[in-house]
Amino acid sequence: MCGLCGILGGRGHWTETATNPEAFAARDAVPTVQRERQGRTALVNRVLDHYGLKLKDWSGSNYVLKGQTGKSAMVDNLSQMWAEAESLTGRDFDPLDDDLIAALNAKHG
Amino acid sequence: MAYSDFIPVNVVTGFLGSGKTTLLQRLLHSPSLQDTAVLVNEFGEVGLDHHLLQSVTESTLLMDNGCLCCAIRGDLQGALTELFDQRERGDIPAFKRVVIETSGLADPVPIAYTVLAEPILQHHFRLGNVITTIDAINGAGQLGEFEESVKQVGVADRLVLTKSDMAAPDDVARLREELQRLNVSAPIFDAAHDDLSPARLIVEDLYDLKGKMREVEYWREQDDHEGHDHAEHDHGHTTGVTSFALQFEGALDWTAFGIWMTMLLNRHGDRVLRIKGMLNVAGQPTPVLINGVQHVVHPPLHLEAWPDDDHRSRLVFIVRDISRAKIEASLAAFNGLANVEVAADRVA
Repeated sequence: MCGLCGILGGRGHWTETATNPEAFAARDAVPTVQRERQGRTALVNRVLDHYGLKLKDWSGSNYVLKGQTGKSAMVDNLSQMWAEAESLTGRDFDPLDDDLIAALNAKHG
Repeated sequence: MAYSDFIPVNVVTGFLGSGKTTLLQRLLHSPSLQDTAVLVNEFGEVGLDHHLLQSVTESTLLMDNGCLCCAIRGDLQGALTELFDQRERGDIPAFKRVVIETSGLADPVPIAYTVLAEPILQHHFRLGNVITTIDAINGAGQLGEFEESVKQVGVADRLVLTKSDMAAPDDVARLREELQRLNVSAPIFDAAHDDLSPARLIVEDLYDLKGKMREVEYWREQDDHEGHDHAEHDHGHTTGVTSFALQFEGALDWTAFGIWMTMLLNRHGDRVLRIKGMLNVAGQPTPVLINGVQHVVHPPLHLEAWPDDDHRSRLVFIVRDISRAKIEASLAAFNGLANVEVAADRVA
């Protein structure tokens, strides 16, 4: 699917709280950008685990997506990441897939 | 500059002969829309008399990947950039809004994508309400026959029923029901009987203080409506398009939600016509508003306060051939990864 989709250029991606202060200024505790990226990477890896992929933060500005065969791709945000994940593996990454839902539910009991 | 201060771009769309130009003509007479620039795709039989009127010829620049909704409308890219330059130079009055009237068969989503994602435009313009006109005499037939018509209704923020005074009351009532089933989140206005206030149709949107509150109130009314008639609004008939509102108890983890929604839109964005929602986000004292059209997601917003003691998250989906149960199960599974309890609370 489209790697450009969801990317809002200089304004930052919609999922990032740091680049959307109008929505998140009132937060009880504002995480640093770095901490938010770490949290995002950790959480998304729990999903990517199902497909044998791993995401790593790259210098706090990009992410590196790595497959089991050593193939890798640099991505800017989550929207790009899913498109690259499908491209790297040739598989559909479907959040509505019953097997994935069961695997995620098993992770948190 | 705050995002809400960007120049709003409204889209007036609707099938051929459904009364787009007549509606626009009526609205543009309002003093509140005097500082509006108008772009039309074609000059129709009904002439528009407006001092800032330009015609554009539809041209779509497909991305290499061929994703149809993520296409830059080259004509609008050029026209909006030129309008903004002229405004900055003082060649034309400093318009405060742009209204685009599409051709009858236009897909409004590439227009949204152009405004939200084009590298230059995204720093000056934001997307306002999409208003779709539906002809009460021919609308039902068009919805049954033309994909474009269903999509125009599905992505709308406001639906305007036209020519209802010339149609049989039973037919009008059935069409209204069908429109509500297709798009539970858009208020329906009757051009023959309702006061078509520019404020309600155009000015008040999610980025306008009053509009935000109205929008949330409307979602609440729809919850009550669903609860009252036990309907799920998921009878897509031949189109497969369904719309439904979900409520979730407990706070959602924003990171998990972002992971889930980006994954959903990557795989199913072509079938997710619209997502709108007011979310209770963990650690955030005020509701976060989200708004997406197919693959395109607006920057999130917040509401200044919860309207009342009901702090459940609400998400409205307009989808094609995706089941409500699957979406509920999937979101709960992703949110569970962040160890935040979330239980879908069906209104039934």
